[in-house]
Amino acid sequence: MAAHPGGMTAVAPSAVAPRAGTAASGTVSVRNLIRSFGPKSVLNGVDLDIAPGEFVALLGPSGCGKSTLLRALAGLDHDVRGSGVITVPERVSVVFQDSRLLPWDTVLGNVTLGLREHDAGSRARKALAEVGLAGRESSWPHELSGGERQRVALARSLVREPQLLLADEPFGALDALTRIRMHGLLQDLVAAHRPAVLLVTHDVDEAIALADRIVVLDSGRVARIRTVSPDIDSAADAAGHEALRRDLLADLGVVGTTH
Amino acid sequence: MSAAPVLERPAVEPHLDSDPDKRADVRPTGKRLGPGRRRRFAWLLGPVALLALWTLTSATGILDPRILSEPWTVVATAGELIADGRLQENLAISAQRAGLGLFFGILVGAVLALLAGLSRVGEALIDGPVQIKRAIPGLALIPLLILWFGIDETVKVLTITLGVFVPIYLQTHAGLRGIDLRYVELAQTVGLGRAAFIRKVVLPGALPGFFLGLRFAVTGAWVSLVVVEQINATSGIGYMMELARTYGQTNIIVLGLAVYGILGLLSDGIVRFIERKALSWQRTLAG
Ligand SMILES: Nc1ncnc2c1ncn2[C@@H]1O[C@H](COP(=O)(O)OP(=O)(O)OP(=O)(O)O)[C@@H](O)[C@H]1O
Ligand SMILES: [Mg+2]
Repeated sequence: MAAHPGGMTAVAPSAVAPRAGTAASGTVSVRNLIRSFGPKSVLNGVDLDIAPGEFVALLGPSGCGKSTLLRALAGLDHDVRGSGVITVPERVSVVFQDSRLLPWDTVLGNVTLGLREHDAGSRARKALAEVGLAGRESSWPHELSGGERQRVALARSLVREPQLLLADEPFGALDALTRIRMHGLLQDLVAAHRPAVLLVTHDVDEAIALADRIVVLDSGRVARIRTVSPDIDSAADAAGHEALRRDLLADLGVVGTTH
Repeated sequence: MSAAPVLERPAVEPHLDSDPDKRADVRPTGKRLGPGRRRRFAWLLGPVALLALWTLTSATGILDPRILSEPWTVVATAGELIADGRLQENLAISAQRAGLGLFFGILVGAVLALLAGLSRVGEALIDGPVQIKRAIPGLALIPLLILWFGIDETVKVLTITLGVFVPIYLQTHAGLRGIDLRYVELAQTVGLGRAAFIRKVVLPGALPGFFLGLRFAVTGAWVSLVVVEQINATSGIGYMMELARTYGQTNIIVLGLAVYGILGLLSDGIVRFIERKALSWQRTLAG
């Protein structure tokens, strides 16, 4: 049942049996998640649900625990103290801020990493073509631009057909123009593969452009959840878009919101 | 076809870009801090310069042949020894010892490094003893090894193995320990198993360290060889030199030294060549 290998130091409240589990249905649920580093408590009881195929953006001031939450969902926090119940789908992919390509493996080798299927190669080629990198299979990571590397990382996570895609500021290191292109790419990919997505970002506009729902994290709790209506998404409702933007910036404690 | 009227057009001036060598190439040249592009055979320059210096000082009489034989004498000696087969014979035996010692040393060093690098228990058990071995000079162990194994080939190969495995272990272990934790996380998120993790992340990540160790090891193998062959042998290049010493044959001694030098340079070159091929993914100053 446990999706994440153990190792998390338990300070569990009495009888919460599986701390992390898999849901066949593909839903994500987080209940009363608590995480602390030494005396410093970072997450103080986070509750979060993500429906299959839903795109959720996680906003919040720097240091509020966004990455900590995402790493907990990815099962990467073995040595972090905490408690809570996490349920995630079977197939989870992670995209990091750094593309995290193995420098000693080719682009193709990086995309097929960990794939056991016999048709891994052809599927990886297809995924690379999807992110616009057909023909670069045998390049070394250091031969790619930052944006291309991040596209390889996207291909690597999508080739696994994840039910949940976790992305921690995946476009944070890219320039504004490339970032907008990547938004379009991510939208197309998500539309094609329909994973649930949890995207950590600093960028309010990115959150509005991509997400169905925006979760604002503050002081280790979910401070606010805002739904992005399709009208706002398609820019048909410019006033609504502007209002949402203003509200989110207020949620984040930013005042005087001229862009 | 030939009947068709040919339209005369003014010849188009060839585009400037058609000949790459004629294109303008004006660029601001920033100060380059790296050593620049690698050039083939550049590594030969130092040794050749040394050889030229030796020849020059011998020819002008600055260097007394009783102190160091002239290069041509050494070449002549080599010719004689090759003619009567002694050089090849001793070289073959020496190379076999060095090769075997190197083989076992690399094997032992790499396996120990993997065990120590991948498990805490392994590290607790292995690292301490290796550090102790590191502190004991190979030369100091020879009396004990002779007592245990006599003076046959085992002692010679074992001495070389003991000298070789330490740098292999140290550098490979350091390489392993230095693998970025972020790649370990990545391996977990893509669901790599233990074996695939070792094959895809650990081994390639430790390879640069391994090759560094290998270069120390190869040189170390020849050094250990000299020691064992001069102390305790009846064959090999070291024995040949030792014998020459008792007869005062400087030319053979110098020939032996030259052979060792050539072997060392050659084997280092081979390791570096393999290293460059195996680590072609790296972008470093070495180029
Ligand atoms: N390994 C760690 N050891 C100690 N403290 C940590 C560790 N990781 C995170 N923290 C602390 O936990 C808090 C939350 O960190 P986290 O990385 O989750 O923030 P974040 O919301 O992702 O911030 P940012 O937007 O800047 O990336 C920070 O105050 C950080 O200092
Ligand atoms: Mg973060």
